Amino acid sequence: MPNEKQYATPTPARELDRRTFFTQIGLGSLGVAAAGTLGFTYEFLSPNVLYEPSPIINAGKPESFAVDSVTMDVKAGIYLVRAAEGFFALSAVCTHLGCLTAWNQELGIIKCPCHGSEFTRTGVKIEGPAPKPLPWLRTWVSDDGDLMVDRSMNIPPLQFLRV
Amino acid sequence: MSTQTGRIVERLRRSRVWLSVFRSGTGDSTLHRALAIQQNLFLHLFSTKVRKRMISFSATWFLGTLTLGTFFILVLTGVLLMLYYHPSVPQAYADMKDLQFVVSSGLFLRNLHRWSAQAMVFLVFAHMFKVFYRGAYRRPREFNWVIGIILLLVTLLLSYTGYLLPWDQLAFWAITVGSNISSAVPVLGNKIHFLLLGGNQVNANALLRFYVLHCVILPLMAILFIAVHFWRIRKDGGLYVQQTEPKTKTVEGLLPAKEVK
Repeated sequence: MPNEKQYATPTPARELDRRTFFTQIGLGSLGVAAAGTLGFTYEFLSPNVLYEPSPIINAGKPESFAVDSVTMDVKAGIYLVRAAEGFFALSAVCTHLGCLTAWNQELGIIKCPCHGSEFTRTGVKIEGPAPKPLPWLRTWVSDDGDLMVDRSMNIPPLQFLRV
Repeated sequence: MSTQTGRIVERLRRSRVWLSVFRSGTGDSTLHRALAIQQNLFLHLFSTKVRKRMISFSATWFLGTLTLGTFFILVLTGVLLMLYYHPSVPQAYADMKDLQFVVSSGLFLRNLHRWSAQAMVFLVFAHMFKVFYRGAYRRPREFNWVIGIILLLVTLLLSYTGYLLPWDQLAFWAITVGSNISSAVPVLGNKIHFLLLGGNQVNANALLRFYVLHCVILPLMAILFIAVHFWRIRKDGGLYVQQTEPKTKTVEGLLPAKEVK
């Protein structure tokens, strides 16, 4: 039917009456304002400057650590381990719920006092609810010859630092 | 009571000052009594009339009322504790110790606050168990049960935020562990953790945030929802009372009413 269009009743163009138009404008701008308020609130609640301790720790001279020793820095929440292969730093913060773990010299393991997670000194979990091993932290030797640890940067395990 | 005192009270209640405050007027007619409830901002949340069984001990064990009582004690003692407590890292712990050892009645108020907090959590649970096992949450009271759930969450959050304020080892590690749980939320976990603490670790910002939540935001929420909770009791037909003996008389085509509102 080639001439169908000709006979079709013309549908009136969907007209936007004034009231609907202004209602939509009003609701639209309220929506924009609500989204802006949400964004504003989120931005306000997340601090831009934090007065937290620096993640970078100066652990002192490498010679001060005996070979095959585990030294805990309680304030920084890290372990500095001097193994036969070299140095490495391990986060002492339990991967379960953030408690500070402790090194048990007799058993030669790291234990968490909160929920009983246990780790080897390389961070591998032996026991307990911790979902991940203790992360290895980036270590390097500064120009002054000091051992430095960056707590905010994890590295893959078993990357020993040779001094 | 002697008639003398009664007469004095009656004269007081007829005085212009009294009537300017309590507009319902005086007299012990049912109308006056109903108006006294209805025209009072605080009392109008409640029904003007209740069945005797609804306010008997066995109906509720007064658990909701007792919870409200502990809440009042907590507000009162909490406001007083605020007069000596600074929510700052160098001062919080020392202020708490001052309250225990230096401030007159400080130890009493602090312990009252602490024990009432424990009691309130216990009473909220007891209240909810009582409501649950009596089936008082059913139609038409479902919405008030939901309000109750919100009030349970507010109570737990009040308990949790108050836990940090002494700023001792127990507080610090409890909040470290507790806030780390929020990190387990999928996708948004770390953001929630950051916003809650105002940083990456439990520190000055976290202490201040928990203080504001504990002393302002959560109590206001609690008061708001408590008001709705009480108002809904009236709207839902009063406290739930189960009829001890089921009605024997049944009308054809109607189910026997097992309970009254």
